[in-house]
Amino acid sequence: MAVKQGTERVKRGMAQMQKGGVIMDVVNAEQAKIAEDAGAVAVMALERVPSDIRAAGGVARMADPGIVEAVMKAVTIPVMAKARIGHIAEARILEAMGVDYIDESEVLTPADEAYHIPKSAFTVPFVCGCRDLGEGLRRIGEGASMLRTKGEPGTGNIVEAVRHMRKVDGQIRQAAAMREDELMAFAKDLGAPYELVLEVKRLGKLPVVNFAAGGIATPADAALMMLLGADGVFVGSGIFKSQNPAKFAAAIVRAVTNYEDSPLLAELSKGLGNAMPGIAMHALAPEDRMQERGW
Amino acid sequence: MKRVGVLALQGAVTEHLSMLERAGVPGAPVKNPADLAAVQGLIIPGGESTAISRLIRQNGLFEPIRRFAVDWPVMGTCAGLVLCGAAVTGSGGAAPGEAAEGRECRDRLEPLGLLDIAVARNGFGRQVDSFETELDVRGVGNNIPAVFIRAPYIERIGEGVVPLASVGGKIVMAESRMVLVTSFHPELTDDTRVVRHFCGKMA
Repeated sequence: MAVKQGTERVKRGMAQMQKGGVIMDVVNAEQAKIAEDAGAVAVMALERVPSDIRAAGGVARMADPGIVEAVMKAVTIPVMAKARIGHIAEARILEAMGVDYIDESEVLTPADEAYHIPKSAFTVPFVCGCRDLGEGLRRIGEGASMLRTKGEPGTGNIVEAVRHMRKVDGQIRQAAAMREDELMAFAKDLGAPYELVLEVKRLGKLPVVNFAAGGIATPADAALMMLLGADGVFVGSGIFKSQNPAKFAAAIVRAVTNYEDSPLLAELSKGLGNAMPGIAMHALAPEDRMQERGW
Repeated sequence: MKRVGVLALQGAVTEHLSMLERAGVPGAPVKNPADLAAVQGLIIPGGESTAISRLIRQNGLFEPIRRFAVDWPVMGTCAGLVLCGAAVTGSGGAAPGEAAEGRECRDRLEPLGLLDIAVARNGFGRQVDSFETELDVRGVGNNIPAVFIRAPYIERIGEGVVPLASVGGKIVMAESRMVLVTSFHPELTDDTRVVRHFCGKMA
């Protein structure tokens, strides 16, 4: 019988299998193994974690394919990698290498300040960041198969991820409560494709999986995002910039599975050592806010 | 009426619960042994088998699920198939209860051994190789939509296990008296024939 690859169902389905899990940023094979041993559902292979990208400045690009390849060889769980916003060629390179998911990410320096990658044209699925429902639906319109909050990467500060998750959730509830004849004007206000706003109203939720990302540093942060309705979490600098990465990684995985079990959360938050150093939002100059990247 | 539990540690949990609802069967999430004691069938969903395997141990469910499977039916889809099996021959895994050797197997994945099959984990390849198709399934029906995501296949089946469907000569669905396993994801489609076949085992 006919076999179809790269269909919407196959691409979105991959993200559905990651639900309730933790996806961890890693920069080499050794970190990837620590992440897998801790129970990560996938790893994101990159050259530097977001807090180091912040510190280094300059232009942040797709990782050296050698690093991505080393990570793919080291673990049996899915491997994701980041391409710059609008950088079609970086995305094609990552697809050719067989990575399991591409993050078109604001953590890297954008390659295009007007357009995103046309993601429907790819066999490999994409995840994209969003701060509100309109941004999320524009990315789905371009072919993203999974969303995540943008938060503010590399800060260890959860406040922006919370803002973005609540915003998306609130706008979904608004759409669901509206009369159908109000949705065109709502779509205009959101800057979102009308058909997708209609679909959100019909489903009462997004048509793709939505993870939390950008600022998660502790098991309690991860549990908070799950309580706010995230399908799972990405942890960037939070693991390998903490004092004890293996312990932090394992504790965050358990916190995501058991996010409603407060006594257990208390137990697994004990004696972890220092979390990554954090940055207050007012200490960030506007041009250093990665979440503003993307259109 | 009998209720079917869905192991709710990680993966496509809500998809299975909605499929049960579409099939008219009461479902409930299972996170711990007390939840398991309240159901009469169990579905182990797709997800990451290494992650789910760790969480089964951490939430004290390994032995309870093995005991449960003596009296009640269990269905495993994709990662659930890997976990139901007796051995994992693909990337990473040990036989049940056996101390794992070497890095590949280092206690990443501990199959429950609910039926005698050996599984090639990610046997169909990475995500770019994932696909959907339709299958004719012995005793269940024809043209059943099937979504394969980084899917495993069954390399060897032992006593008491019957193959039900295959793709390109690779077994992708099998059953024993009490256990039904699929490499693919019936819960990502609207077709409820597979889960209804499973619920027949509760009768």
